[in-house]
Amino acid sequence: MKYLPHTSDDIQQMLDVIGVKSLDDLYAEVPEELKLTRPLNLPHAMSEVEVRRELQRLADKNKPLCIFAGAGAYDHYTPSVIPYITARSEFSTSYTPYQAEISQGTLQYIFEYQTLMARLTDMDVSNASMYDGATATAEAMMMCVAAAKKRNRVVISETFLPAVLDVVRTYAHFHGVDLVVLPAKDGVTDREALQTLLEADNVAGVIVPQPNRYGIIEDFTELADQCHAHKTLLAINTMAVALGTLQTPGGWGADIACGDAQSLGIPLSYGGPYIGYLCTTNALIRKMPGRLVGQTVDAEGNRCFVLTLQAREQHIRREKATSNICTAQGIMCLYVAAYLSLMGAKGLSEVAEQSYAAAHALVDALLQTGQFEMSFPERPYFCECTLRYKGAEGVKALRHRMAEAGFLFGVPAGDDDTLVTVCATEMRTPQEVERLIQALSNR
Amino acid sequence: MNKTCYNKLIFEVSQSGRTGYSLPDNPWPAPAAIPQELRREKAPQLPEVDELTVCRHYTNMSNNNFGVDTGFYPLGSCTMKYNPKINEEMAALPGFTRLHPAQDEATTQGAIELYYNVQQSLAEIAGLSEFTLNPYAGAHGELTGLMVIRSYHQSRGDAKRTKIIVPDSAHGTNPASAAVCGLQIVEVKSTPEGTVDVDSLRAVLGDDIAGMMMTNPNTLGIFETRIPEIARLVHDCGGLMYYDGANLNPMLGVCRPGDMGFDVMHINLHKTFSTPHGGGGPGSGPVGVRAGLEQFLPKPHVSRSADGTFHLDTPAESLGSISSFLSNYGILIRAYCYLLSMGREYIPMAGKLSVLNANYIKERLKDFYQLPIEGLCKHEFVFDGLRPEYGGDHHDPAHVTTLDVAKRLLDYGYHAPTIYFPLLFHESLMIEPTESETKETLDAFIETMQQIAREAQSNPELLHTAPHDTPIRRPDDVRAVKDGIFKMPAID
Repeated sequence: MKYLPHTSDDIQQMLDVIGVKSLDDLYAEVPEELKLTRPLNLPHAMSEVEVRRELQRLADKNKPLCIFAGAGAYDHYTPSVIPYITARSEFSTSYTPYQAEISQGTLQYIFEYQTLMARLTDMDVSNASMYDGATATAEAMMMCVAAAKKRNRVVISETFLPAVLDVVRTYAHFHGVDLVVLPAKDGVTDREALQTLLEADNVAGVIVPQPNRYGIIEDFTELADQCHAHKTLLAINTMAVALGTLQTPGGWGADIACGDAQSLGIPLSYGGPYIGYLCTTNALIRKMPGRLVGQTVDAEGNRCFVLTLQAREQHIRREKATSNICTAQGIMCLYVAAYLSLMGAKGLSEVAEQSYAAAHALVDALLQTGQFEMSFPERPYFCECTLRYKGAEGVKALRHRMAEAGFLFGVPAGDDDTLVTVCATEMRTPQEVERLIQALSNR
Repeated sequence: MNKTCYNKLIFEVSQSGRTGYSLPDNPWPAPAAIPQELRREKAPQLPEVDELTVCRHYTNMSNNNFGVDTGFYPLGSCTMKYNPKINEEMAALPGFTRLHPAQDEATTQGAIELYYNVQQSLAEIAGLSEFTLNPYAGAHGELTGLMVIRSYHQSRGDAKRTKIIVPDSAHGTNPASAAVCGLQIVEVKSTPEGTVDVDSLRAVLGDDIAGMMMTNPNTLGIFETRIPEIARLVHDCGGLMYYDGANLNPMLGVCRPGDMGFDVMHINLHKTFSTPHGGGGPGSGPVGVRAGLEQFLPKPHVSRSADGTFHLDTPAESLGSISSFLSNYGILIRAYCYLLSMGREYIPMAGKLSVLNANYIKERLKDFYQLPIEGLCKHEFVFDGLRPEYGGDHHDPAHVTTLDVAKRLLDYGYHAPTIYFPLLFHESLMIEPTESETKETLDAFIETMQQIAREAQSNPELLHTAPHDTPIRRPDDVRAVKDGIFKMPAID
């Protein structure tokens, strides 16, 4: 077996050194009644070509579609360079960089990632990644409670994607956080209802999304002041690519910026691996979950990088740690660092602007069919927009019909089978939009 | 690996006006502009670099790094086995990478089938009923597993079970995950032999106990032979047993957690099932449960219909969701390739050879390093520093420490073992070779460790100041905390 290098001579010599007779004798202390006395019921070992055939068979059973949907996973272009760099096994087969002397590669790219994310969000500091945008938001919630000490209530806007809300609810339930879901009003966070909640002076944090689940760009003017007036922290979850153009969490005055950075050219891959990000202010660094790389010097005075402020983490603080997170998304930081380096501010802004333009052209074309109307026509939207479908078949049947025709047509945006949130990015072409419109009318 | 560090950051190879991307000309009509008050005020300061500069920058940077492909990683508790290359190639098939998570299951049957197959294989290997593959990492799996345990008690209206038992030798994630899950930690001591002290355990059992977290073999690499008794005690008081799968590798096909009496467990695919560590992720921490607990697993969950089609559904009393979508899916593809390559024949062999490798190193080094606990180990073992005659006397303030030994190993082209964990000994040095390594590699490592012991005796300063031949020398960790520099300063 090519992954197991031991010859029978090797095994015999090693057993002799240990002083046991057989491999089974290495388990002499394990009570016999616990041992498995039959072979594992698994497939027989396959050669590499057989593995390849099986994986190709499974891949061929899938049907990749032309994507007009987002909802937390966005079809942006991945420059060819990136998978080449991230596949370098010096990076990919390394462990968490506790041994700084032989891990400067990992530590340097995480430091770059932290710098890039801090600049993108206009925050003081970024950690070295969270699992995904939803768990990053849940961590932001727990951070608010930890920072507030005596407050246990967190308010989250209903305008979040349901997938994110679900995860935050789960964490809140088990962690014992009093999570209040703030109802939406006309497709955005209800600021008046929020004010009423804040006035009880028992809210640790407020969490809002940007753009929101309907694709709407929410206006957070004076939201931070509104929160801070009641000693409440503000966390804003922003789709990373939108930060090429949209106002930043730092610009809005947020205390925590969190979200998913998948939109920075990370492949869709059926939902993962993606990468959650979490940034905060200097004041809250010690409440921050996860790993953090800092700059220092080595014994010869040369600049180098190390994992730092580890007194926040589980391997030092155990149950008093700021979070249980250990392994996070590691090499996806390199993905983001390489993407932002290649794109630069100009490329990133161009991706954001082209996605914005593509989505608006898509929505115009859909409205022209007479089959759709905008759910929130007065609201500005980014690369997603929520529409009401007037067709009698309903959204579910429509999406099914479009999938047959090779399109992923939005995601349902409500339970009544009439709302759908569609999306376009710089990956879509006017020809694809045209074909989509044709397919819509082919019954 | 570089002998001197490639020390530049991407911002330092940036030149205003350079471009590293290409995009089509914007083919769309210009829409109404985004209102000014919703736009960022200033462009972010990102690098401006051409494509070759980016390639060269990261290639040079990679040469500052050590990975499994570079050399031997005797890193205890981390199972740094070989990461097969076919796995990477299969995970990059467009039939997987182009799938959007919101696609209807009719268009993702292959992807869901793969998920289902991994789920079933893990259930067989674990001796449990059902798995979720959604958790993103080991600690995330622990949290999910503890949520299952709390959901179980809540479903029975048993609200007072808010405490979880954790041995003092446990991985730090165990108590941390329990705290995130809203549980209080009750620590039980280890015996001098390093195993759970069953009498101390008895003393803390009661109707407020939700369960107990254990790994077996434990973090000293010792199999807890009293596990049937421990499981019975915890079950008798109404608690559930949680298995931390970080140490599953040696038990593969020999003795399954379900058969040991565990009810809930996680598996680290980035340890036992060969997916790469990636310098700290992405990992994957599937969670398995015994029959009777399946209904609490997180959503979405994968099932198979009688007609052979695969579906995403929500278990009846699901604890909710713990991930945006279906896991770090790309990692599952890699683990599936490994499962197929190894099959029923070689998965148990991997476990046995990992134990063979560990015991072989232990036997050949115990005359040089203090072995606090004699006897067979499983996949790993712990030394308590150098033996006194090799400069390891803990009472001597100038003694050669475990840190010194670990740093000296770097000079010889090895990764360091895990050090100062578990916390039971002052100078813990934890070695786990895995089954991937040849006898020649182990012999060379053993000779190096013996050489280091002799150096400790003859020239301790060489060790105190190690490493000498790495891209950088020992970093100043205190200064990192004091200076608090977590990013490049912006340029005005």
